[in-house]
Amino acid sequence: MNGVTRALRSEGGKGLIMVSPPLVYALLLLAAPLATIVLFSFWTQNFLDIDRTFTIANYAEALSDPLYRELMLRSLRISASVTAVTVILAFPVAYFISFHVAPQRKSLWLFLITIPFWTSYLIRVFLWRVILAFDGPVNGSLMGLGVIDEPLTFILYNANAVIITLAHAFAPFAILPIFVSLEKIDRSLLEAARDLGESKAMTFLRVTLPLAMPGVLAAVLIVSIPTVGDYVTPRLVGGSGGTMIANMIYAQIFDLNDRPMGATLAVLAMAIVALSLLWLIARIRFWLWLAEGRGVWIALAAGIAEILAIRAIFMLGPAIVGAPGTVLGLLAVATLGSVLIFVKVPKGRAGI
Amino acid sequence: MKARPLALFALLYLLVLYAPIMLLPIFAFNDGTVIAFPLRGFTTEWFGLLLETPALHRATRNSLVIAVSVAVLATCLGLFAARAATRYRFPAKTGILGFIMLPLVLPEVIVAISLLVVLMQLGLDSGIWSIIAGHTLLCIPFSVAILQGSFANMDQSLEEAAIDLGETPLSTFRLVTLPLVAPGIVASLLICFTISLDEFIIAFFLSGNAPTLPVYLWGQLRFPARLPMIMALGTILVVLSILLLVIAETFRRRGLRRAGLKDSGGFL
Amino acid sequence: MRDTSSERGEAPAIVTLQAVEKYYGEYHALRGISAEIRQGEFFSLLGPSGCGKTTLLRAIAGFEDISSGSIRLDGRDMEGVAPNRRPTNLVFQSYAIFPHLTVAQNVGFGLRKAQMSAEDKRRAVGEALEMVGLGDFGARAAHALSGGQRQRVALARALILKPRVLLLDEPLSALDKKMREVMQVELIKLQREVGITFILVTHDQEEALVMSDRIAVMFEGGIAQLDDPETLYRRPSSRRVAEFIGMMNFLPARVTGSGSGRIEAEVAGLGRVTLDAGQCPGEAHPGAAAVGLRPESLTILFDGGVAHDREVRGSVAEVTYYGDMTYYDIALDGAPDTVSVSARNMPGRRVLERGETTTLAWDPRALSLFC
Repeated sequence: MNGVTRALRSEGGKGLIMVSPPLVYALLLLAAPLATIVLFSFWTQNFLDIDRTFTIANYAEALSDPLYRELMLRSLRISASVTAVTVILAFPVAYFISFHVAPQRKSLWLFLITIPFWTSYLIRVFLWRVILAFDGPVNGSLMGLGVIDEPLTFILYNANAVIITLAHAFAPFAILPIFVSLEKIDRSLLEAARDLGESKAMTFLRVTLPLAMPGVLAAVLIVSIPTVGDYVTPRLVGGSGGTMIANMIYAQIFDLNDRPMGATLAVLAMAIVALSLLWLIARIRFWLWLAEGRGVWIALAAGIAEILAIRAIFMLGPAIVGAPGTVLGLLAVATLGSVLIFVKVPKGRAGI
Repeated sequence: MKARPLALFALLYLLVLYAPIMLLPIFAFNDGTVIAFPLRGFTTEWFGLLLETPALHRATRNSLVIAVSVAVLATCLGLFAARAATRYRFPAKTGILGFIMLPLVLPEVIVAISLLVVLMQLGLDSGIWSIIAGHTLLCIPFSVAILQGSFANMDQSLEEAAIDLGETPLSTFRLVTLPLVAPGIVASLLICFTISLDEFIIAFFLSGNAPTLPVYLWGQLRFPARLPMIMALGTILVVLSILLLVIAETFRRRGLRRAGLKDSGGFL
Repeated sequence: MRDTSSERGEAPAIVTLQAVEKYYGEYHALRGISAEIRQGEFFSLLGPSGCGKTTLLRAIAGFEDISSGSIRLDGRDMEGVAPNRRPTNLVFQSYAIFPHLTVAQNVGFGLRKAQMSAEDKRRAVGEALEMVGLGDFGARAAHALSGGQRQRVALARALILKPRVLLLDEPLSALDKKMREVMQVELIKLQREVGITFILVTHDQEEALVMSDRIAVMFEGGIAQLDDPETLYRRPSSRRVAEFIGMMNFLPARVTGSGSGRIEAEVAGLGRVTLDAGQCPGEAHPGAAAVGLRPESLTILFDGGVAHDREVRGSVAEVTYYGDMTYYDIALDGAPDTVSVSARNMPGRRVLERGETTTLAWDPRALSLFC
């Protein structure tokens, strides 16, 4: 057998051949289109003509125009709130199913929890609009119970409504990964902790929680990334105060006929989200490491200091170096820090 | 953590989770044009109206065609990936599989606009084919996740044993692999079908002249008079989705029983 | 051990391995394996985890390619021959029973393409099941069997195809101790009944000693010694083999002279010894060495024993009671470590206590010298 035949017949070769249909499909329909929009972001459009000269004008505009910045920040903020709410609420439920439900009933619970997820997302968002409406059930029942006299107006057509709706829609996304990592915890570890003298609460904090961290992290990623780019919810329940970046991308492409700009915003949004998550994970590892080595107060101080510094730079920067410079500079420095942390700081006990 | 308050919390959680969907049948049968309490009496008028709307029927037909195609295509491609993942070691395995699973964590908007831009560039018409392509991309990760579980549950030496006893790789697949993986295949088909049926964003961006059911729904949302009809349609869709899921779950459990394995709780 | 000396003489080789090498990338899994396995014998590949025994077995079965060398079955070179075309059948470590089929369907699986009538197939399946003692199990669902039952189904399924060689990959490791002992006897009986060559892979040296006609002891991809169990036990070819098979005591020694088939040595705790050259695998050169002796080679002279040629005094450090035997850790004068000595427990014979001194007799012919 010559070298090529040997290679093809080897396990590695056979594996590659086996995986090639879906791989090729993904390359054609995901990689290539993604590459195309990156390409597009460097072009410009006049009415119907695409001008293919390479330019960073779109990026400059996207980074300097306060509207885009505001939308991006709002999208990040909403995503962060949704993630926080979802994951915090999901943890007790996942814990309950893993630790307090009989094994033969567990899949039933999971099944029940995931059913709403499989029904039409559009319908569920629309239902929230109905529920939170001026003359909807929430106001109706609150007024009927005498809790309020006038219908609440702050629950619909703003960012709050978006947060509520998204948190509801992404709940199962958060429960499943946390459940999986809780299930993996060897129960005899917890018994050992109790045997060695720990109370139930401390066992949870010292054994269960750290071991569940990978699942929590997965939940954070699974919820935050799609929610940043959601289109339907902000459109239906966000009003003007709840619009998010995806709505602007849509507007650029379909209403304003500026596909390159839409592409630019998409690329920027993805990059910012990815770098922000990188920053978050790196800082968590760093702060946990500090807390373990130098104490909780130092870790807290470091965290607060960095966050305040970022805020300060963000607010004062544009006056000094212009908006694009500020954003790019911030991203670069923050990412550098993240890379440094990943290289130098070892993985913590919580697996992060 | 104590069991009692946790259980209550979990039940409350479940209730809130289902609350919006519960409204659907309530208002679908409600004799009133405004979606608000108090209820006004029972009627099947809205369901009747559904039967008389040709645009709806067209959209339904499109959705069904797309969903069936997507289910088959995504499951086939998912089979390859799942098998490669569980049975072989090959270079860049983690990267390749991670890339195939990427659509799971990408916002659908990104996928939608990148496909749209490519279509526009190539001068192709968006429409049913492009939606099938986009949905398949989205569904492959789900198919892989389900089928990976099926393959992992199957003792690898079973296939080797069949070959040792004289079968060819092809007949081994037919006689041993397929029967044991079949429940997973059925589950994958049903899940992909459901996902495609309900998917909005990609369909919205790529539908052109061939709206799917969700796109049609979206179009109706701005007409207050149509809202009860939408409730009726929504009820049907939700019931259908739940039905398909129950069937998929039954198959999954049956598959586990057949292989004599224990239930580890759910698809993913 | 099986008494085969009268039975076979020299049967023809049915599996010939010649300089078989296998690399996994950089890792050298099989190093120049050469051996002949004779028709009708019960042959074992014995060694610790990672020694390559399973790799070798799978290479014979056809599930692993070899990097160089040759494997011949019945004289035919098996290079490029797929597993489904080889005259071998493999009993997998996990038994690989098809869970979606009944027991009968499992056993008859390999007959699908056979040129037999359905009636004949049914009868063959029934006979195969009878042979392994599962005559009534045909209609049972395969996934509801115990470990021992699964193993028998796997055996029946492989044997029904009348392979020239039956390969068994650690078939007893998944069973509990009692079941293992039962199955060891059953496998021996089965092999004798069927007359097929068995090649068994195991890490349990006791198992190999009990069941095999010949054993190949493997370490790190190579065969350290290939012999029948008695030779392996009495005349291990290296210290490592000696340590792996059974229990062995080692005493430091110094070779003082050698020549004309005799070796002179000073052994700690035992004094001056004269050994036969055959008691030392390889060359005996003057200098530091080690002497090995099995626990049963030292005899404790309980009060009133006959005086022996070679005797030595020692004190009891540790006592371990096994019911039929007692093992004593005895400290000898001049020996750095204790030696393990076994004594059969008999009515009237008492068990020694810790701290007691006692006299032991020993025979120089039972020693092995390792240089």
